[in-house]
Amino acid sequence: MKILVCISHVPDTTAKINFVNGDSEFDTNGVQFVINPNDEFGLTRAIWFKEQAGANVTVVNVGGPDAEATLRKALAIGADEAIRVNANPTDGFFVAKQLAEVVKNGGFDLVIAGKESLDYNGGMVPGMLAGLLGFDFVNSCINLEVNGSDAKAVREIDGGKETLSAKLPLVIGGQKGLVEEKDLRIPNMRGIMMARQKALTVLEPVAANSNTKAVKFEKPAPKSAVKLISADNLDELVNLLHNEAKVI
Amino acid sequence: MSILIYAEFAEGKFKKTALELASYAKKIAGETGTTVTALTINAIDAAAQLGKYGVEKVLNVKSDKLTAFNAKAYADAIKQAAQKESSKIVLFNSTTDSLYIAPLVAVALEAGYASNVVAQPISLSPFQVKRNAFSNKAFNITEITTDVKVLTIGKNSYGVFENAVSATEEEFSPSLNDADFSVKVESSEKVSGKVTIADAEIVVSGGRGLKGPENWGILEDLAAVLGAATACSKPVSDLGWRPHSEHVGQTGKPVAANLYIAIGISGAIQHIAGINSSKVKVVINSDADAPFFKVADYGVVGDAFEIVPKLTEKIKAFKAQNS
Repeated sequence: MKILVCISHVPDTTAKINFVNGDSEFDTNGVQFVINPNDEFGLTRAIWFKEQAGANVTVVNVGGPDAEATLRKALAIGADEAIRVNANPTDGFFVAKQLAEVVKNGGFDLVIAGKESLDYNGGMVPGMLAGLLGFDFVNSCINLEVNGSDAKAVREIDGGKETLSAKLPLVIGGQKGLVEEKDLRIPNMRGIMMARQKALTVLEPVAANSNTKAVKFEKPAPKSAVKLISADNLDELVNLLHNEAKVI
Repeated sequence: MSILIYAEFAEGKFKKTALELASYAKKIAGETGTTVTALTINAIDAAAQLGKYGVEKVLNVKSDKLTAFNAKAYADAIKQAAQKESSKIVLFNSTTDSLYIAPLVAVALEAGYASNVVAQPISLSPFQVKRNAFSNKAFNITEITTDVKVLTIGKNSYGVFENAVSATEEEFSPSLNDADFSVKVESSEKVSGKVTIADAEIVVSGGRGLKGPENWGILEDLAAVLGAATACSKPVSDLGWRPHSEHVGQTGKPVAANLYIAIGISGAIQHIAGINSSKVKVVINSDADAPFFKVADYGVVGDAFEIVPKLTEKIKAFKAQNS
């Protein structure tokens, strides 16, 4: 089985979010970048398939040279090879088109991408990729088993879960549950050394439209100070929630 | 040229989010001199229910094959409805199902897609919307440059407004092929009789301050009097005190409730990101320096084991008086 794991290069979850150039661009200054958490759950599941069933795992990112550190980390965790499509990932459709090209040329059976990235939160790349390729697609996937060309996937639904059967080739929109938090791997020294020897291929993008553009960014308005209510005066809290906040 | 909405029908009725979506669409229709059409699947009495919120036409698909949710088949039906109506704007909720379908529809219609939209469009020409980005730490103004636009609208980002019109309903029979049904539902588990985090107006959430899973009773009692869903912080789900499905935060579920009550949650930046779309936030914590107090509207410093049961009693009394 050939697995492609799509990796977004995103600010660490604790990063301060600021913008530059008239609030048109994210300020990367001093920001630590990581593998998008939803992608990392998928990557770890893919490596599990490699260890259990001899799958080959390729990671791919659409982005600039700065994303290579993140791809090297994925290699250090255990992916076999990496591809970077050298383009600015400004629009989900554009990214999906680039990934579709990589999938077609690489003959992948299973594509795992995080259900959304923690930067733009578009939540569209896995679905668009499946749509472009005509592959089966399971989103918000919290468990995945593959047997030959048959897959059994569990997806989260509002208030529960649903078990689905699908056929390879398949696109998965992944999240926590594909593996648990405790199963995530921290690269060890041997992995890091081996990652240096693994292939990281840089491809030029194919022509594709961008269907959207980010015009600018805004930060939420500063919050007014909290109203503290004494623990002995909870009637006041009930009163405020009813009369002031009007939520009960 | 009508605006098309996909109105989710479940368990015999339209969810509140579907009515909000109709209200949202009606507002745009009013400004552009067009009308709202709803695509529904196996809905009953749709025209009467949706007409109240401004939907003039319902295209209802009746099909046994669509009784179980199927993203590809649903997306295909919605695409064909959009083509039949020559819709330039196609709107969805932000439920798990709609977020699954929307990108498939966008690709099929060659439409630009913006998700997490938090308000009415800023401008219709150029078409610009405000959306949540960076896990609710910022907003992003996105311009969609294609002829057809697909949006998913965040819960509670517009509101439900009555706007009664006389609605007509017609049966719609999209042509669906075998490939649409390649992914099949084998089984479904749904907790019944419990408010889900996705639907909840009020969410009561607990953190490590509750000290152990055996202490969740006080939180569940409070949730019960408020008709609220229960949720938890990431450490609590990682420790296995509560199921993952209750984990809210940046890597868990997002919460966009009217009221979010955080009990014994210190308020790590990742947690706040996930719940920040909630309108009113209350924190109960013994540590007055907990970061949650910086983002909360109301705070009580003290022992949750004393405060929460008392608060439950106070709310119970308040509800009895006001009902």
